[in-house]
Amino acid sequence: MTHSLPVSGSLRNRLVVILIGGAAILAFLLFFAVRNYATQVAQQGQDNILGASVASILDAATIRDGEVEIDIPYASFSMLSTPFDDRVFYAIYQDETFLSGYPGLAVADRADRFQTITFRGEAVRMITAERILIGIDQRTRIRVALAQTQDALSGTLEQISRNAAILGGGFFALAALLSYWATSTTIGQLQRLTDSVTKRGPQDLSPFKKPVPAEMAPLVTSLNSLMGRLDQSLSQSEDFIAEAAHRVRTPLATVRSYAEATLQRVDKKENRQAMRSMVRAIDESSRAAGQLLDHAMITFRADHLEREEIDLVDLVHDLVLRLTPIAEMKDLELRLQSDAPVAYAGDPILIQNAVRNLIDNALKYAPSESAVDIFVTANTNTQIKICDSGPGFPSEEVDTLTARFKRGRNAEGTIGSGLGLTIALDVAKAHGGDLVLSNRPEGGACATLSL
Amino acid sequence: MKFLLVEDNQELANAVSSRMRLDGHVIDHAANLGDATAFVETGDYDLILLDIMLPDGDGRSFLKAHRASDLDTPVIILTARSQVSDRIGSLDLGADDYVTKPFDHAELEARCRAVLRRKAGKAQTVIETGGIIFDPVAGSMSVRGTNVTLRNRELRLLEVLINAPGQIFSKQKLADRLFSYDDDASENAIEVYIGRLRKHLEKSDLRITTLRGLGYRLEYDT
Repeated sequence: MTHSLPVSGSLRNRLVVILIGGAAILAFLLFFAVRNYATQVAQQGQDNILGASVASILDAATIRDGEVEIDIPYASFSMLSTPFDDRVFYAIYQDETFLSGYPGLAVADRADRFQTITFRGEAVRMITAERILIGIDQRTRIRVALAQTQDALSGTLEQISRNAAILGGGFFALAALLSYWATSTTIGQLQRLTDSVTKRGPQDLSPFKKPVPAEMAPLVTSLNSLMGRLDQSLSQSEDFIAEAAHRVRTPLATVRSYAEATLQRVDKKENRQAMRSMVRAIDESSRAAGQLLDHAMITFRADHLEREEIDLVDLVHDLVLRLTPIAEMKDLELRLQSDAPVAYAGDPILIQNAVRNLIDNALKYAPSESAVDIFVTANTNTQIKICDSGPGFPSEEVDTLTARFKRGRNAEGTIGSGLGLTIALDVAKAHGGDLVLSNRPEGGACATLSL
Repeated sequence: MKFLLVEDNQELANAVSSRMRLDGHVIDHAANLGDATAFVETGDYDLILLDIMLPDGDGRSFLKAHRASDLDTPVIILTARSQVSDRIGSLDLGADDYVTKPFDHAELEARCRAVLRRKAGKAQTVIETGGIIFDPVAGSMSVRGTNVTLRNRELRLLEVLINAPGQIFSKQKLADRLFSYDDDASENAIEVYIGRLRKHLEKSDLRITTLRGLGYRLEYDT
């Protein structure tokens, strides 16, 4: 179950990109908003002083003896002084005539208006103001343009920008940290659910009961209902197999009972032979049915191998106890030879089934009043070896006997389905081992299940 | 010994009962769990043979209730269901053994004996006759105070003969009782076991006589 699913991007990355990207945009907006606002405020300050200065110059304008006289107060320029020694330019016009100041500085068309222009290669902030002077017989318009370079302003702006950048950067870093934390917490919930699904054994199909966030509830609900259906269909097929076995075996058991009862009453040789054949045929079919079902179950379990720590000696010992009554019927001795417990991680049901099939075989082929030896060893690799003193495997067939439904040529007259060795081999392979058949030099067969 | 057979299949129940009676056991038959409960409450059984699928419930629930009520009567499950899954369940619930249907009667007898031997001590099964003391469950025999070791088939043969002294058993009948069907032992093997048993019984008052063409019979020396 290692095939990978097609992946369409990462939820975590998407969240991180969206959250951090959003934080970056917000940080930039914050930076520009702060800078813009600061620029406006600073400009406003310069404008106000320029306004006050120009007003004080105009105030000083009078008509004396028919002449326009402007005595520019000291304060008019001193209020404009800055730590950066910004330069101040002015020009005074009477009507259209230039009176005083810097001749290149042209007044604007409209009065009381601030504008930023370039004067002598420098950006300057300029205001134009006008005043109508009314004398005895004249009426004249005085216009004053006052401009100041913006060194102090840009110095202030630079400082504010720096602070705004630090603020924006800090905001971004904090937001990024927060979004990383938020993403991890959110994804963490998913991760926990994934973990609890992964940790489950293949047989555990019970619904999830741990509380999950509301957004994940629909997913978990669907998962639970899927597992419910799976569980149901699994137990249905298990029930079906059990029921099928029941349906097949119960009538077989009845027929067998009849046949056996009849056998007790019949004396004629041919009739007895027929009844015995009938009983044997029934045994054969019921054994085949049982082993087919076992084989299906083993194939399923081998596909979903669930290993647990077991003691093989203990497991084989249980089997020996269970099979001893059968062995005693033939006066066979089942000898389990092992010194110490042999620990192994495997599926106990599979191994039990495999070993039972091998011991069954040995019991079937061993002659009466002999012994079947079972060795459980853990020297180089873990092995369970079962040896009898029967006829042994036909040497030319040793390699083909583990094939499905294949029976030895000397197995005529012994009931069997031909699935026992297949089952044992499948179990060995599922555990990464093998089944080796051999003959003892002193006669008899050995089956070695290595795991 | 007294057995309770809980089995809803009448034919199978008859077959098992008649076979068990041949060995000198007393069999009560219950066709459902209700009857089985009534039988267990009134009778004292040495062994219960219990089917799993019964018309009024699951035999395993009966077994569970039986074990819960502190009754230690050994139970052998007769099951027709898929082996592996039932095996775990029934043995965990406290069954002493199980047999998968269709079963060989010889195997069922062997399993009954094994279970009874494990739980020995409850019932007196000793047969004392003709100078021998024979315990078919423990598998022990002593002739005039001397212990004799019997192999399983000799034991079965003696059990069959001693339960019906004077009755003639043909070789085939004895083979039917002694051997399972997937065991290809010939009827001639019976002669070997009769020979061994005769040797064991030499010092007793019991004789196995051959009736040419008919079979064997256990008799008392007069």
